[in-house]
Amino acid sequence: MTTTTAPPQPAPPKRRMGDRVFAGSTTGAGVLILLVLAGVAIFLISEAWPAVMAPARDIPGGHGLSGYIAPLLFGTLMAAVIALLVATPLAVAIALYITYYAPRRLAAAMGYVIDLLAAIPSVVYGFWGIATLAPALVPFYAWAQMHLGFLPFFAGPASATGRTMLTAGLMLAVMILPIISAIAREVFGQAPALHREAALALGATRWEMIRMAVLPYGKSGVIGGAMLGLGRALGETLAIAIVLSASGGITFNLISSSNPSTIAANIALQFPESTGLDVNTLIASGLALFVITLAVNMLARWVVNRRADFSGAN
Amino acid sequence: MTATRQEAAPAHGVVEHSRRLARPAPWGLFALGLLLGAALSALTGFSVVLTVVYGVALGTLAVYAVSRAVEGRRTSFDRLVTCIVTSAFALAMVPLVSLVWTVLSRGLKRLDGDFFNSSMLGIVGEGGGAYHAIFGTLVITGITAVISVPIGLLTAIYLVEYGTGRLKRWITFLVDVMTGIPSIVAGLFAYALFALFFGPGIRLGIMGAIALSVLMIPVVVRSSEEVLKLVPTELREASYALGVPKWRTILKVVVPTAIAGLATGVTLAVARVIGETAPLLITVGIINGTNLDPFQGRMATLPVFAYYQLTQPGFPPEFAIDRAWTAALILIILVMALNIVGRLISRFFAPKTGR
Repeated sequence: MTTTTAPPQPAPPKRRMGDRVFAGSTTGAGVLILLVLAGVAIFLISEAWPAVMAPARDIPGGHGLSGYIAPLLFGTLMAAVIALLVATPLAVAIALYITYYAPRRLAAAMGYVIDLLAAIPSVVYGFWGIATLAPALVPFYAWAQMHLGFLPFFAGPASATGRTMLTAGLMLAVMILPIISAIAREVFGQAPALHREAALALGATRWEMIRMAVLPYGKSGVIGGAMLGLGRALGETLAIAIVLSASGGITFNLISSSNPSTIAANIALQFPESTGLDVNTLIASGLALFVITLAVNMLARWVVNRRADFSGAN
Repeated sequence: MTATRQEAAPAHGVVEHSRRLARPAPWGLFALGLLLGAALSALTGFSVVLTVVYGVALGTLAVYAVSRAVEGRRTSFDRLVTCIVTSAFALAMVPLVSLVWTVLSRGLKRLDGDFFNSSMLGIVGEGGGAYHAIFGTLVITGITAVISVPIGLLTAIYLVEYGTGRLKRWITFLVDVMTGIPSIVAGLFAYALFALFFGPGIRLGIMGAIALSVLMIPVVVRSSEEVLKLVPTELREASYALGVPKWRTILKVVVPTAIAGLATGVTLAVARVIGETAPLLITVGIINGTNLDPFQGRMATLPVFAYYQLTQPGFPPEFAIDRAWTAALILIILVMALNIVGRLISRFFAPKTGR
């Protein structure tokens, strides 16, 4: 204890060949991911550049690149916002049901069933949308035009096929529902058991317990989940390409058959038959979509991760 | 002890016994509401949808009103929320059931041997199948997995075992962000990449595989990372204590312990990309004949095949539309099967932790 001679320093561990190779290759794989993401941006920009530089009259539509993208962007946002407004409350309710209301034994299976909604391919949603959902909504559109026609959203004329912006939005809502509810389920499930039990011990009903202990805890998780859903809705392609009857133009009318298309659906519809500058224009619109979804996703991850730090401190 | 308690209880006054509804009462009230709903919709020409809509609203209202009268404000509100939350779950089941039913009822018609044995080469109208598309999908998905699984796994190992500091934080964050890349943008990326070297208008199977890899890698990284984190640190430390180098510890201890979870993650990632249509639409295109060489020209894939058969059916349209639905059915079966296999792997091959 009192000795002053320092203990002999252990020799620094020898770096073996295998270690170096393995550490190098794993790090390389990680860096490769960064490069891929950078590559996506670089190659999109390089292929979009000719469209950015081209004179306005050469761009399809003749109003320049921004004139071409603006209605598409409007349609993209419109469909995504409808989806978000419908899906978020529903997803929160479903998450609450599965975490706190469903019979314990069935809850895991129910969660799995909701997850199945996320597994179904986009193109199959499109099939379902055009064959089942759209015709099912036609009577509602006729009713809405007659009774709610004073609102700009339901001005009509009501579509006879049901392939409207509202149909597309509702279909997107079904598609993003499992994403939002999965994240909501996770954060609701992590609400501190002590808080919940304390609330119940004080005589709170189940709803009061949820309102006081679970919802405040899960709020930022729900917001983050909703934004991830938004990111997914913005980029959804074929379901919309199949269901939406698009004719361009900006309109708030949700139930007529002339709607603005969305960026992703427009690319899917136009790209196979496009050549020359049209391709560059489509890639430029894809670049715009990429930037928007990237921003939304980064914001969402930031919100979700902030909550993770917060809960880790607890 | 008991005596004091008996004395104390009356001193605080009578304990209030709140009145509660009997257990089956809410169910009965809800059923009553449904009946009323049926009657109400019968007034305006009976329809199932209206019956359910009116019924659920009236049933919820009935439960709330009676509970409010008997049990008071707080409990009744609790019951109201229970009704709403349960209805929300039921509502979410409607599209799932409806979708599966639609695809099954329309897709079974052409689910025959011919569909799996013939391509669309020289087919006009009746007959034809998706032989070329099914194998095209298998080839492209296979290449995607071959590209994505090593990169994804190595990255996950880096993040869990080696990563430190800023690089790790950046990679974690960007992998998360990458999960959200729209599939069509991944397709455009692959197109832009190849168009730069091979000229515009290029369509190759390998382009599709690269586009799908951009979508698949982050999924593999995320799921593998979660699984590797679950491997107990004690196992690693025990291995180090025996003088085993780090890389051998990872290969012989960490990865084998987590192998079931890793397999599940990879299976689910494959399930995610196998149904992707948009990137393949713009990078691989479609042909009628069978081409299984990913480095030579266009290929057919199942999702794209389904899409074109539905949207460009030709004349007469009904045969192509039947083929489209059968292709959609096969897609759903593939995806569901992969999902189930993934869950089964993790259930049956998970290591016994003994805790």
